[in-house]
Amino acid sequence: MNIVIPIKQVPETSNVKMDEETGTMKRDGVESIINPLDLYAIETGIQLKEEYGGTITVITMGPPSADKALKEAIAMGCDEGVLLSGREFAGSDTWATSYALSQAIKELGDFDLILAGERATDGDTGQVGPGIASWLDLTLSTYTSKVVDVNLVDEEVDYTSTEQDSIIVERMVEDGYEKLQLPLPALLTVVKEISFPRLPTLRGKQRSRKIEIPQWNLKNLDLNEEYLGLNGSPTRVVNIDHPKVTRGGTVIDVREDGKVEEAVSKLIDYLKSKELV
Amino acid sequence: MEYNGVWTLGEARDGEIKEVSFELLSRGRKLADKLDEELVSLILGDDITDEQAEELIKSGADKVFLMNAPALKDFIAENYSNVIEDLIKEYKPEIILAAATSMGRTVMPYIAIKTDAGLTADCTELDIEEDTGNLLQTRPAIGGNILATIKSPNHRPQMATVRPHSTKPAEKNESRTGEIVHLKLDSSLLDGRVKKLGFRKNEGDGVNIQDADVIAAGGKGMKKGENFEMIRELAAFFDGAVGASRDAVDRDWISYPYQVGLSGKTVTPKLYFAVGISGAIQHLAGMKTSENIIAINEDPDADIFMVSDFGIVGDLFEIVPELNKQLAEEVK
Repeated sequence: MNIVIPIKQVPETSNVKMDEETGTMKRDGVESIINPLDLYAIETGIQLKEEYGGTITVITMGPPSADKALKEAIAMGCDEGVLLSGREFAGSDTWATSYALSQAIKELGDFDLILAGERATDGDTGQVGPGIASWLDLTLSTYTSKVVDVNLVDEEVDYTSTEQDSIIVERMVEDGYEKLQLPLPALLTVVKEISFPRLPTLRGKQRSRKIEIPQWNLKNLDLNEEYLGLNGSPTRVVNIDHPKVTRGGTVIDVREDGKVEEAVSKLIDYLKSKELV
Repeated sequence: MEYNGVWTLGEARDGEIKEVSFELLSRGRKLADKLDEELVSLILGDDITDEQAEELIKSGADKVFLMNAPALKDFIAENYSNVIEDLIKEYKPEIILAAATSMGRTVMPYIAIKTDAGLTADCTELDIEEDTGNLLQTRPAIGGNILATIKSPNHRPQMATVRPHSTKPAEKNESRTGEIVHLKLDSSLLDGRVKKLGFRKNEGDGVNIQDADVIAAGGKGMKKGENFEMIRELAAFFDGAVGASRDAVDRDWISYPYQVGLSGKTVTPKLYFAVGISGAIQHLAGMKTSENIIAINEDPDADIFMVSDFGIVGDLFEIVPELNKQLAEEVK
């Protein structure tokens, strides 16, 4: 079972700065990590590989330094990494990003499954996973919370079988879980509930240090230039605001005086004033 | 430009139109009025009656595009995408709004690729740019630390998903009239690859926290799972839902569907109680756009008090029972 995992390198969300002029994020000086929600996809991939064999390729689009994220994924247990990097990709929105990633995935050759995080913690869109599925006409399960079963048809045993390789999953919706059967190749975006990410191993770290990460771009990949970067992106960021986070609300401290009843009655008054009770 | 009209993508389950469909109409009406164009509510399902479709008209739709077919009973991304893509190509709407739900956030990106359209996720504000008539889409990003305004100047349709509960459902006007257009499913559009095998409702109350007007959430300070009983009691006074921080979910005090925050759900209720939650940035990202935030925590330096409208510093095991007691008196 060959698996591809598109990941994203994101800034540590706690201290992100924006460039007011360009509306893009200032990445200098901020530590970059693998998007935390991608770790669940990586872990799920490694578990499937342990059970069904095959290889896992992680792929990302970003600056040359994004190979660090790929190496980290390899240290966890992924096999290969591919970096899409070049000026032509700068300013890509989710439409252009999913185009470039889908073309690179096609270039990788046969695969059975694409696993992606539900969304990235910086952009917060969750659109690139379904976008890749759309470009490649794959079946799609978003918000996947569980892999129930994988059916791989052994063609050598029964070459007359009309059955297809498939995966059965649960996906989390607003009021419960849907169970879906998807023929492979499929794309799943996964939520936290699906797995508990492992730490990189020493052996994995050693391997990741040595591994060569190829860089792909317009020079060595068949891409339609009109679909790339800012020019290929339908959307434009026209303004960035920094909303006020602090509210300066009332705070009553009852630790010393123990006047819990009084504090709670003031809270009830507050709720009444807002017509919430 | 040949593209014209504002569409909202309604949602239904088991023949019931979901509340979020009416929220979208209040967004869509404002945009359609500014553009002086028609507002269409598109809804796919199995057994949605004309009577229900009328409700969409009373809530602001000029037309309802209603497509009923057994094959559309369940949301299957590939089927819905094919059908909607086909309708877009035929009718050429200028704007399409969907809810930022498990359906909207799945089908919209799938369609946006096929129709070469710009799509903005999880918007909290929508407006029309004067002079150009472009849709201005404002959305929180980076855990709610910024609000970005986005437009798609050269691509049509302009597509956006809208955060549930970020606006009130449109008020119903009983005398409003409109047209219900019954659309026929072209069965060649059915993809047929993915099969739905079943559905399992959430354990417990089954309340969806993203639909709730009021959420009472507990965190690490709750100390053990049984103590969530008082949080449930608090939520019940408001017919609200129970939520939790990551700490509480990771300790198995409550299950994952209740988790609020970066790796859980983003919620925008009218009232949010944060009980024994310190307010890690990952939690704040999921709830800080709530209208009213009440914090109860024993640490006066907890970040949750920075975002709260009303906070009490003290022992939650004294404060919450007292709150429940006084609320019980109010209800009486």
